[in-house]
Amino acid sequence: MTLDLYFDYVIFPLLTISVVLVFYRLFKGPEVVDRVIALDLIITIGIGLITAYSIRSGQALFLDVAMILALIAFLGTIAFAFYLDKKK
Amino acid sequence: MTNILICVFSTIGALAILFASIGIVRMPDFYLRLSVTVKAATLGVGLLLACAAFFFPDVSVTTRAMAIVFFLILTAPVAAHMIGRTAYHSGTPTWEGTLLDELDEDYKKQRAGLLEDANKEAAAAAEIRRSREADSE
Repeated sequence: MTLDLYFDYVIFPLLTISVVLVFYRLFKGPEVVDRVIALDLIITIGIGLITAYSIRSGQALFLDVAMILALIAFLGTIAFAFYLDKKK
Repeated sequence: MTNILICVFSTIGALAILFASIGIVRMPDFYLRLSVTVKAATLGVGLLLACAAFFFPDVSVTTRAMAIVFFLILTAPVAAHMIGRTAYHSGTPTWEGTLLDELDEDYKKQRAGLLEDANKEAAAAAEIRRSREADSE
């Protein structure tokens, strides 16, 4: 079994199931803060997916996108916390 | 050899991410969800990025992967702390099995302190008003 096949049949399905489960919490989440952490987790899993895809396709350039996405996730969560704090 | 290492690390990483997402669905409370999610997801993504660092035989890629891991480990707890603090202040309910809320007492004291400060401010404003009235007379 080659590494590409292993990534196709094990790693990507695991990550995809994770994203679907987190989407359930994003839609259901009783409070706004639940939705915020669900969004944060989706972006974090997206970084993992991009990394796995860059290994699978052999293109290291995708890691730059992962770095930018990490930055955006942090800024988004901080902004949500700031404005939710201001709202009350 | 490298392939086996990548297989093991990526499997552990993907399973950690899967456990984080199961945790965010199954946990009964926002705070439990937060504490489950951040640590497990950071561990999983860190392991996947370690796989990328092993896979590409290139110093620049390894440095980039290490930079992303460093950034994630640095920022994930800060963001979790901020959003947890916001949730506590906005009154997100805890699970009925929660036995102890140590922050409650602290914030009670702080609220009392704020009340005292507000009373002092009101007294000072009244004093200024009275002195102005005395001046105008």
